[in-house]
Amino acid sequence: MQKTVDENYYKLLHELQAVDFVLVELNLYLDTHPGDANAIQQYNHYSQIRHQIAHKYESQYGPLKNFGQSYAGTPFNWIDAPWPWQV
Amino acid sequence: MWVYEKKLQYPVRVSKCDPMMAKFLLEQYGGADGELAAALRYLNQRYSIPDKVIGLLTDIGTEEFAHLEMIATMVYKLTKDATPDQLRAAGLGDHYVAHDNALFYQNASGVPWTAAYIQAKGDPIADLYEDIAAEEKARATYQWLIDITDDVDLQDGLKYLREREIVHSLRFREAVEILKEKRDEKKYY
Amino acid sequence: MNDQVRYWKPYVSPLDPCPPIRVKSFSTPPQLFIPFQPPNLPQFTPFEALKYGTLWPALYSPYGGPKQFRQEEGET
Repeated sequence: MQKTVDENYYKLLHELQAVDFVLVELNLYLDTHPGDANAIQQYNHYSQIRHQIAHKYESQYGPLKNFGQSYAGTPFNWIDAPWPWQV
Repeated sequence: MWVYEKKLQYPVRVSKCDPMMAKFLLEQYGGADGELAAALRYLNQRYSIPDKVIGLLTDIGTEEFAHLEMIATMVYKLTKDATPDQLRAAGLGDHYVAHDNALFYQNASGVPWTAAYIQAKGDPIADLYEDIAAEEKARATYQWLIDITDDVDLQDGLKYLREREIVHSLRFREAVEILKEKRDEKKYY
Repeated sequence: MNDQVRYWKPYVSPLDPCPPIRVKSFSTPPQLFIPFQPPNLPQFTPFEALKYGTLWPALYSPYGGPKQFRQEEGET
């Protein structure tokens, strides 16, 4: 029953963490620079890439978000270990 | 509302079982300048700050919860499978008898977290200056935590968190500048 | 070499019991010198950004601990 994650899990997770981090940084920057059109364009660009990587991750390792923000599998795989602090 | 995302913001690694370091890290878990205090401080100040900077407080407050989860992960990994004897030797005997391996919102000295650590004065400048000071104090705490461990993997995560304090401090400083402006004057120097 | 550190020399008494640290230091990271971030600063790649903890090299602050600081005492 115990599932162990593979090498690819860490690689894909790292990719997602990197892109999501760019989005965090751009988000905080835009909070104080709401008129920077270049940064807004970059934000939307990375948001699209984020969507693709998250989709790839979720198709292999299950939902990233709760409350219907990700599609769920049967049986309900949102509740599956490992949780972020366990990997 | 908030939605949980089932991943850490940064890949946290630790290279050895080190319960004593876990105890020190609690300063950033349930301490005065820790991540819990930071998250609650910013999210609570949102309700009385001018609209222009509510977005910033919301986003930084939310990111602080991601950092709280990183600290929890470090503590979890540093103490996982440690025996009562090991915990006792690390100065965590008192923690063990009250909490076993559970995390508890307290500082490195075992003092429970209190709302007295955070301030909401209702004056936007006073509140933002408190936020800047909180970020600088958290940055300093991360420095001393980096100094006190030789675990390179743990230091890596702590250096990341120290850098985040720097970026947050800059954004709060910018928020002060925004509130000082009379209109939409140019704000690049 | 590291301009994000400042040094100072505390008073040393002949009666101090611990061996004196003659030069002390503290961190002066970039946010102290950027009142408002200008637009279009050069950026790290996403993987670099995650590693360094910021998207912008101008905001990056290395921290090497007291050992790093102490090595530089001689140079100041």
